[in-house]
Amino acid sequence: MTTVAHSRTDAHAEHAPMSFWRKYIFSTDHKIIGIQFLFVSLFFLLVGGILAMQIRWQLGFPNTPMPGGKILPETYIASNGVILPEYYVQLVTMHGTFMIFFAIMPLLVGVYANFLIPLKIGAHDMAFPRINMWSFWLALLAGLIMLAGFFVPNGPPRCGWTMYVPCSARSDLSGVTTGQLLWSVSIVVLGLSSVMGSVNYITTVINHRAPGMTWFRMPLSVWALFITAILGVLALPVLQGAAIMLLFDNVLGTHFFDPVAGGQALLWQHLFWFFGHPEVYILILPAMGMVSDIIANGSRKPIFGYHSMVFAIIGIAFLGWIVWGHHMFMSGMNPTLGSTFMVSTLLIAVPSAVKVFNWMGTMWRGNLRFHVPMLNAIGFVSMFTIGGLSGIFMAATPVDIPLHDTQFIVAHIHYVLFGGSLFALFAAITYWYPKMFGRMMNPGLGKIHFWLTFVAYNLTFFPMHIIGMGGQMRRIYDPTIYDFLKPQQPLNEFISYAAFALFAIQFLFAFNFLWSLKFGQKAPQNPWDDNGMEWSLPNPAPHGNWERTPNVYRGPYEFSSPEAEARGSDFLPQYVKLPTDRDPAPAAGH
Amino acid sequence: MTHATQTVDSMRPPFPAESGAGVYSNKLGMWVFLASDVMFFTALIGSYIVLRFGAPGEWAKPGAVLNVPLTAFNTFLLICSSVSMVKAYAAIQDGKKYFLRPVPGKTLRDGGLKFWMLVTILCGAAFVGVQLIEYFKLVHEGFTPAGFRDGSLLAEHAAADPIKYGLAVAGLYGSSFFTMTGFHGFHVTCGVISMTYLYFTKVLPEKYSPQDYRGIEVIGLYWHFVDLVWIILFTIVYLI
Repeated sequence: MTTVAHSRTDAHAEHAPMSFWRKYIFSTDHKIIGIQFLFVSLFFLLVGGILAMQIRWQLGFPNTPMPGGKILPETYIASNGVILPEYYVQLVTMHGTFMIFFAIMPLLVGVYANFLIPLKIGAHDMAFPRINMWSFWLALLAGLIMLAGFFVPNGPPRCGWTMYVPCSARSDLSGVTTGQLLWSVSIVVLGLSSVMGSVNYITTVINHRAPGMTWFRMPLSVWALFITAILGVLALPVLQGAAIMLLFDNVLGTHFFDPVAGGQALLWQHLFWFFGHPEVYILILPAMGMVSDIIANGSRKPIFGYHSMVFAIIGIAFLGWIVWGHHMFMSGMNPTLGSTFMVSTLLIAVPSAVKVFNWMGTMWRGNLRFHVPMLNAIGFVSMFTIGGLSGIFMAATPVDIPLHDTQFIVAHIHYVLFGGSLFALFAAITYWYPKMFGRMMNPGLGKIHFWLTFVAYNLTFFPMHIIGMGGQMRRIYDPTIYDFLKPQQPLNEFISYAAFALFAIQFLFAFNFLWSLKFGQKAPQNPWDDNGMEWSLPNPAPHGNWERTPNVYRGPYEFSSPEAEARGSDFLPQYVKLPTDRDPAPAAGH
Repeated sequence: MTHATQTVDSMRPPFPAESGAGVYSNKLGMWVFLASDVMFFTALIGSYIVLRFGAPGEWAKPGAVLNVPLTAFNTFLLICSSVSMVKAYAAIQDGKKYFLRPVPGKTLRDGGLKFWMLVTILCGAAFVGVQLIEYFKLVHEGFTPAGFRDGSLLAEHAAADPIKYGLAVAGLYGSSFFTMTGFHGFHVTCGVISMTYLYFTKVLPEKYSPQDYRGIEVIGLYWHFVDLVWIILFTIVYLI
């Protein structure tokens, strides 16, 4: 395929200067697309946060008028300003939907798979830059369709983010028609976007690694993003299929999930969670990968057990396919099947524990540098451990029976998604900010933000374990209607105050992020003394990345090695050629 | 520097480039996309199996509602289009960019890329056309995604012979039939549109050569996949 080799060598002819629109809006540059994803998903993170605050208002202060609630339409809020039960369920539904599909998932995959994969494997761009652009625009379109749900009669769906049938399949039960359609359409579009992105990531990692970048010289972040892309490419279509069936049940009058006509309500749960559990790992594996890179850097030591880390990622991803039933122990599914799912779920603790052990092994006796990314990465490890341990509670069927669908679940998911993924994202955003924008985020503000978040976060979510064990239901509108929940109300109020503080603290991060765009300290080329290929480029990196395809001479974790110390530093980047190094064999055209 | 070059460790071979899957990226990307499409159809077909086995009644007998001979002909059309796709692929591998060319001593002329791609596109388009006719006919007779329409011809037949027409689960039958065949038809339509686009931008201007016919190979993979899915759907929806 001579032409392919040809297009590779003159890649730079295509990377000529372009107009503003082509450069920043309809860009095919993987770095710009990553940054577009970053701004869009931070916006949706804010949307999800605002919804969460309203949930906390209702739980902490039921039947009290919400400040500023009067501006909302009367389908959402009573005339005295109290949140209506219907709106409360919509808040819960859309908080979950936005945070999972439009904040955390695009932040991890959309932003960092796009931004990091080509930079870290020494590629000039993604394999299919135009499909990459489409992937971003479809994701934005999906987000806007989802957001539009708030502006149609009766608002967005009222069935929880898991969209269980029959509630979601029958508008006479939920009272929502248009909003339900928008949800299904948005999910189908998002699925398309994810598949396009994932096809790109997989192809790029397999085919576009620079000479010398062998599989086991790839940084763990790239490994994790690669495996995540495989999960995405196989899991999202299942959700799309399910969402299409749901859409047809609503629009065409089909009976997939309608038990009256012989359909099966449980089918939706199986389809949703068959997607949903791999999705859980889509939401955590990239975080684990990036944290691995940052912890090795902050510890100035090679990552402990590199190969076991890779196989743990693969193991988690594989096991993720055979555990979906643990979301359905109480659904009326065959209990024998439940035991199978329990065993496979408990097995996941093994590779997860391997990872936690390896992170601690990396830090053990390291020359620790507590920069902001490192602090957040350590926050990730500690919080993910708590979240992982509470996961074992629910994995065991007997324990899950009383705990399922309580606030304990809410605590668990936030320990892995906020304490896990979001801390990893704070780490990643700070860490690769100079590569994106050429400036550093303010480290002082970053440290204050980390510590305040860490404290407020635990004050918010830890007590949820307690009220969950006390029996408070997961999506209950007003806990004070039950006598047995009344004694917990002060704790609910406390959680709400902590949550408001947690939300307010995030503006510190937003301020730091926006302020540093213009006024941050100019970043040196390699601000964290890191080994990754991306630091051989100026900050921000130009379109097309490298002038000539770079060579890779070693693995990504050569910290404090004798060769590095011989050079008078404690790190040895992958792109540095020592006198003893030989150039890798040039890549064959493909 | 001369000293430095002498210290290069000649005992170690240079690290291999490990250039990946050994195929060009477009083809690899199509493989990955097809893996994803397999999962999409798995969701639909898997649901069909679950619904059919868990249904409270017997499915309609093969041929009672659906026109099997018509669809068998349609299946034949789609298989023909797969054959012509292979012929197109073989033609460009041999450098035959032309439409038809006389062969000395034979009455039949030799088809090139332009001919076989056109045959593929026409067969694909005909498949979609026949499927649309089938849909219109079914809906006219009263078979809809929601089941048998009240007061329609099929509803009367079904009332007379509920076992043959699977009256108890007609809703499920309609749901799964239209969704599965509909999304397959959507895939065929996408394929026909893509091939038509390639036909005018690449095939007619003779942009493909025996050295580079990636577009033909990649769309061919997609086309054979769609064909394969149809053979499964035809078997499980129409024949059993």
